[in-house]
Amino acid sequence: MSAIDAEDLHVHYGERVALDGISFSVDAGEIVAVLGPNGAGKTTAVETLEGYRRPTAGRVRVLGLDPISDHTRLVPRIGVMLQRGGVYAVMSPRRVLALFASYYDDPRSPAELLDLLGLTGVAGSPFRRLSGGEQQRLLLALALVGRPRVLFLDEPTAGVDPAGRLAVRDVISACRNEGVGVLMTSHELDEVERLAERVVIIDRGRVVAAGAPGEVGGGEEEVRFAVDREIDVLELAAALGVEVVADGPRDYRVVSPSSPSLVAHLTAWLAERGVSLTDLRVGRERLEEVFLRLVRAEGERRDR
Amino acid sequence: MRALRAQVGAEVRMTLERGETLLVTVGIPAFLLIFFSLVHVLPTGTRHPVDFLAPGVLALAVMSTAMVSLGIATGFERSYGVLKRLGTTPLGRPRLLLAKVISVLLVEILQVVVLGAIALGLGWRPHPAAGLAVLAALLATFAFAGTALAMAGTLRAEINLALANGVYLVLLLIGGVVFPLGKLSGFAAFARLLPAAALTDALHPALGQGIAPPLESWVVLVAWAVVAPAVAALTFRWE
Repeated sequence: MSAIDAEDLHVHYGERVALDGISFSVDAGEIVAVLGPNGAGKTTAVETLEGYRRPTAGRVRVLGLDPISDHTRLVPRIGVMLQRGGVYAVMSPRRVLALFASYYDDPRSPAELLDLLGLTGVAGSPFRRLSGGEQQRLLLALALVGRPRVLFLDEPTAGVDPAGRLAVRDVISACRNEGVGVLMTSHELDEVERLAERVVIIDRGRVVAAGAPGEVGGGEEEVRFAVDREIDVLELAAALGVEVVADGPRDYRVVSPSSPSLVAHLTAWLAERGVSLTDLRVGRERLEEVFLRLVRAEGERRDR
Repeated sequence: MRALRAQVGAEVRMTLERGETLLVTVGIPAFLLIFFSLVHVLPTGTRHPVDFLAPGVLALAVMSTAMVSLGIATGFERSYGVLKRLGTTPLGRPRLLLAKVISVLLVEILQVVVLGAIALGLGWRPHPAAGLAVLAALLATFAFAGTALAMAGTLRAEINLALANGVYLVLLLIGGVVFPLGKLSGFAAFARLLPAAALTDALHPALGQGIAPPLESWVVLVAWAVVAPAVAALTFRWE
């Protein structure tokens, strides 16, 4: 049994189609990240699995249960972090954690969670006085207090500073290592690359790609380089005998697996023209590039 | 049970810690009670002004907690996503609602103790058989709470805040709290259809002479106590 299962999930808001038939699953002990541009349907997907929205069509299961009809049996076993808010403005982290702990049969200790997420110093301040990052970390602590088997995290690191991010990442990884199934959304692609086993990229309510972060694009190996001035892409392509793409004014990509002779030819060609290299990398497309390419392509396909 | 107890404790504590709420639930009622008992400017029609004012101020206390305090707090909890977030905890909506009802009743008991003590100190002597007054206050609590939740569950938090305070002021003036309904001329007929006037109409005879309140105030109270919570249940949006 998967921790989370969505099969051909459709969600319509009146006339508007938010999700147009998406399928994915999350196993126990696995982190899956849902990526997509704003308005792609990420939050709708997560909130349907949490039981806040009723699917227009399709099937969702969390720990084998229906999020709406089995709500009472399911909620003690899930932890939820909404995209924003969810805490009494006047209540301090210590008090709200103790309150939430009282809802569960075998809660984690509030003091331990405060410590884990670096909130001990502000444990007595009202929620509205906390910084954005501190508020986010408290929301994560509240999601963890009931020892969930499944975690839903909607943009868990939005507004969190780099040190806080590290703490959040460590806490999420630790949950995964204890067998919790984690479904998260994020705009931080390098973070997802480090954290998630699999990503599901959705755009306009459909899955446009899914897989491990390193393989999701199915891209070829490439040689990417940056130089100190603009070069003639067509001339270089002719000289090397492979395709060369300009990603930016001084960023280029040779669409070919790296080899010693390719790199030698490239540097020799640059040297003849007095152009200096400022960066040289070999490898597959990064998640961010895959993401931008897929989302752009989807936009063009729809616009035609 | 542990969750319910913790939730009631949190609700009561937040109510008592909000300064602006205390002003409306205890400060203004106590001030009106003391000021108009000592300064005889109101046409109360009783030998001692406090005999008229005490039941009215107790009605105001019920209204301030069940309607103003509950409504404003719930409106902001809704806009901050607190109600939404609690929806995916084992607390659940029925227990959250029950906790709010219990905490309103607990705060009302505190108000009765404080305002009752002040009134007794000012020379008020209520009739000892006041069971019907308690029943009327309970019905009014459901009427006011239903009205509060119907507004809090549909309006933006800021509009709900302004409206709840506005209704408080209007019902203070036409609810038989400081001005006797008999002196309201044209307003009286309209005012008697509202739960505030129905409550003061019930409390005056029940607390003053220990006699049963008029039938029409029971009818108005029961109607509001049934209809307002039903409207709230049907229209409330949790997010």
